[in-house]
Amino acid sequence: MFKDMIGLKRKNQKSAQEIVSFNKRKFRFSDWFAEKVIKAVAFLSIAVVILIFIFVFREAFPIFKMDKTEAASTELLVQESYGGMETEIASVKSIDNQVDNSNKIQATGDKPSSTLLSNTWMPVSDNPRYGMWPLFLGTLKVTLIALLFAAPVSILAAIYTSMFAKPRIREVIKPVIELLAGFPSVVIGFFALMVMATVFQNIFGYASRLNGFVGGIAMGLAAIPIIYTLTEDALTAVPRTFTEASLGLGASRRQTAFYVVLPAAVPGIFAAVVLGIGRIFGETMIALMATGNAAMISMNPFDSVRTLSATIGAEMAEVVFGDTHYNVLFLIGSLLFIFTFALNALAEFYFKNMIIRRYQSKK
Amino acid sequence: MNRNVKDTIVEGITGVSVLLIVFIIVSILAVTIVGGWPNLNWTFLSEFPKDGMTKGGIFPAIVGTAVMTIIMAVAAVPFGVITAIYLAEYASEKSVIAKTIRFAVKTLAVVPSIIFGLFGLGFFIGFIGKNMDGLLNGGELKWGQPNILWASFTMALLTLPVVIVSVEEAIRTIPREMREASLALGATKWQTIRRVVLPGSVSGILTGTILAVSRGAGEVAPILFTGAAYFLSDLPRSLSDQFMSLGYHIYIMSTQSSNVDATLPIQFATTLVLLFLTFSLNAVAVTLRYRIRKRAK
Repeated sequence: MFKDMIGLKRKNQKSAQEIVSFNKRKFRFSDWFAEKVIKAVAFLSIAVVILIFIFVFREAFPIFKMDKTEAASTELLVQESYGGMETEIASVKSIDNQVDNSNKIQATGDKPSSTLLSNTWMPVSDNPRYGMWPLFLGTLKVTLIALLFAAPVSILAAIYTSMFAKPRIREVIKPVIELLAGFPSVVIGFFALMVMATVFQNIFGYASRLNGFVGGIAMGLAAIPIIYTLTEDALTAVPRTFTEASLGLGASRRQTAFYVVLPAAVPGIFAAVVLGIGRIFGETMIALMATGNAAMISMNPFDSVRTLSATIGAEMAEVVFGDTHYNVLFLIGSLLFIFTFALNALAEFYFKNMIIRRYQSKK
Repeated sequence: MNRNVKDTIVEGITGVSVLLIVFIIVSILAVTIVGGWPNLNWTFLSEFPKDGMTKGGIFPAIVGTAVMTIIMAVAAVPFGVITAIYLAEYASEKSVIAKTIRFAVKTLAVVPSIIFGLFGLGFFIGFIGKNMDGLLNGGELKWGQPNILWASFTMALLTLPVVIVSVEEAIRTIPREMREASLALGATKWQTIRRVVLPGSVSGILTGTILAVSRGAGEVAPILFTGAAYFLSDLPRSLSDQFMSLGYHIYIMSTQSSNVDATLPIQFATTLVLLFLTFSLNAVAVTLRYRIRKRAK
């Protein structure tokens, strides 16, 4: 039915356009001009995305240039191969291993950029080291904690809202939970810093007040509205006939929700979680305020962590324009951008197609 | 286990999840209000910070946030509205261009806000600003450094998708008959858009603008290094001045301040002001949007 409507609409629009062009044989400059301008402006969004790509990468690029010269000079030292990695990074890593194995190069003053994959992040020192592993690990840890908290809570809440709640209660719950999306992240960060950190420390009794756990939960709060809203949409989009058939066969509402509607909505829920990950991954203010910001390698969730985005936020204001540190921060930015871009593309193309295929095949 | 018991338990668990989220929202609100209300008065809102930011008010932060969001809206809304018009009126749903634009808009919506900050630094300050200095001021540093204009533009890019989505939604609720009536009377497409579509989507444009302002007022990451300042003894006088912002003020006061405990009342009160600001804006936007959706039905 819906398709027919669209078809009809398009046909009508076309015929309307034809009538207009029939009436106005005269060339209408204002109309032509308006259309061109509007079209040109609409391209701005594409242009901005491309510009972000170009300018964030441009500032990160000098590192790779340095590394290439470095790699050439130490070519003989490179023995291990790292298949699948970018050649630049691979060479950096090999060099770095060399640095770690034999302190010879370090003693002679190694290029700061060649420490990218080492284990220490110490950008401000006489011998600056830009090892990103602690940052990767910290980000991963916090994202995992946030996701383990936010995903189940928001998916269950969405199930309640779309399946079990009475219509009147649903009308209240939805806007209230969406309120959370309106909280500026600095406010959530402030709440985490002032209240959650103290409360959690009293409950769990760990050493450092600000740590990956507090930060993760707080960042989960920022992701809840996204995952909740999109999951709710996905559940509501499951054809009513599914629910009715299941209920008609004598299944309870709970069985219908978990064995019929939920499986049908899985691609949509995955897309929701993926976008939630993107939000957590890029969250800066909460990470800055609540995670403690110490770059260390540890698996303990209650240790202080430093995430990629927080590193940019904390250090960019103090670096020298064009410095290696500046370039490294832009490199981190590029990685963040690539990652969120990929997540968005995944949610947009892969999961959308899955959703469409699923419902079409079952019609 | 009995099926009914199982049903009740599982439904109960999902209900508890809802309650947990609501509880968190309520406690954030409660903590902010209880902590911030006692210190909130007219002097706090109308004074400059005093004694090394340990006393006094947040007047410059309020003004800075207001000016920044106004410039941001002036920059973002026209572009957002025009893009929405293109997507809703000109582009056909299946065209590659429309799909690409849509994907770009979605990408802008999910790119982390800190990346916009980097982009603002690299593009507006490092590229446009530096070149402007080279051409206009003979190399003297004026635009090639953080200021309120670049911060507002950076924020405008961040809020562009918000405007586009709201306006497009509103445009799509205008009945086709109205467009057809206009076209049938001999109006051209552009005349129809200007006289029928745009007036009909004013509430949508307003919603988008308010949502964008609310978002822009609360975001801190994009302005961290594109224009926000720790403390200024004066209000921004020109577009090339730095500015103070509410969100940045909260961040600075709660993490970088020399005496965090002494400034606690100020922090809570500032948070309350920011939260009140974004909340009331959101409430207006939600009401407007509700009306638009009702019209669509």
